[in-house]
Amino acid sequence: MAIDPTLARELKASGVHVTSLEQLVNWGRSSSLWPLQFGLACCAIEMISATMAKYDMARFGAEVFRPSPRQADLMIVAGTVTKKMAPQVVRLYNQMAEPKYVIAMGACAISGGPFKEGYNVLKGIDRFIPVDVVIPGCPPRPEALLDGLIALQEKIRGEKLTGSARARHADPDAPAEMPIPECGAHDIVPVANRGIWNPPVIEREEGGAE
Amino acid sequence: MKSTSLPGVAPPRTSSIRHDMSHPYLPVLVFFAVALLVPLGSLALARLWMRGFTPLKRGRTKNDFYECGVEPLSAPQSRFHSQYYLFGLLFLIFDVETVFLLPFAVAFLDLSPGSFLIAMLFLLLLAEGLVWAWAKGLLTWRTPAKTPIVIHGD
Repeated sequence: MAIDPTLARELKASGVHVTSLEQLVNWGRSSSLWPLQFGLACCAIEMISATMAKYDMARFGAEVFRPSPRQADLMIVAGTVTKKMAPQVVRLYNQMAEPKYVIAMGACAISGGPFKEGYNVLKGIDRFIPVDVVIPGCPPRPEALLDGLIALQEKIRGEKLTGSARARHADPDAPAEMPIPECGAHDIVPVANRGIWNPPVIEREEGGAE
Repeated sequence: MKSTSLPGVAPPRTSSIRHDMSHPYLPVLVFFAVALLVPLGSLALARLWMRGFTPLKRGRTKNDFYECGVEPLSAPQSRFHSQYYLFGLLFLIFDVETVFLLPFAVAFLDLSPGSFLIAMLFLLLLAEGLVWAWAKGLLTWRTPAKTPIVIHGD
């Protein structure tokens, strides 16, 4: 049962805060995101910078980088994900406790970036794990990371815990783990998790481009 | 309430507080009760929350040992050869020595003969320990007997 937003605003103006359990929990979850402590490439330098005194990620409750996935809520994929590293990233994601969120930071983590045409770089970590926020840039500045973090916080605050539109971690039918790819003879096998990665197929007319 | 005091008037001196806390260890008992209730209460709340909103998401990888993302190679309770700890202790000799040698070297020119002697005595004690370990043959690494390595998983 939701409170009428107009009524809530009027009450807030007179000094009475009205909330629901869902809002309260989401507020708590969004205000203490603990990232997993790992960096893959140069984006990690910007991530480290964002946690230091000048940019001070602690203002948003996300400075406690955890060295163990058991204590982490947030995975910041900061940098180039090579095909050799992809199974480890997916395994770490699987080992994190629910609820968990993923930020793809930088062009490489989003799409492979400058190495998209290369033979050994994964063309986007969203092929294997569900990404909540993408931060473009090569590398993104610390401010961009903070902006991405705030965007994620807003997303968490809007999450539903019940009903058909509930969040992934509240859905008992959502898969608990993402399948871990393996290094095959020529490429990682499988090349993508079709359950979460289904790009639109480009349809071209027959004989159109001659 | 027996002792409601008027403003500006000191409450009458009674010994009722002493009588309520009849046993001197009662506060300790209360402390333990609270110390038990707080974690048990939060665990119970978490369990209730799980029933209502967050379905359990178990998995083979999730319950696996954490080895920085790679697949675990051996059982987590692997055994170390006891000589490893001896080596660790002997390393401490050099480690502690370095920590104390640096300030000693920095203040060397201003030291009185007595302080110099004390520092030398300290070095002697550490060196003595090393010589003792050497004489005992602890510095030669003995290859441990082959034990079967338990490979985790199937």
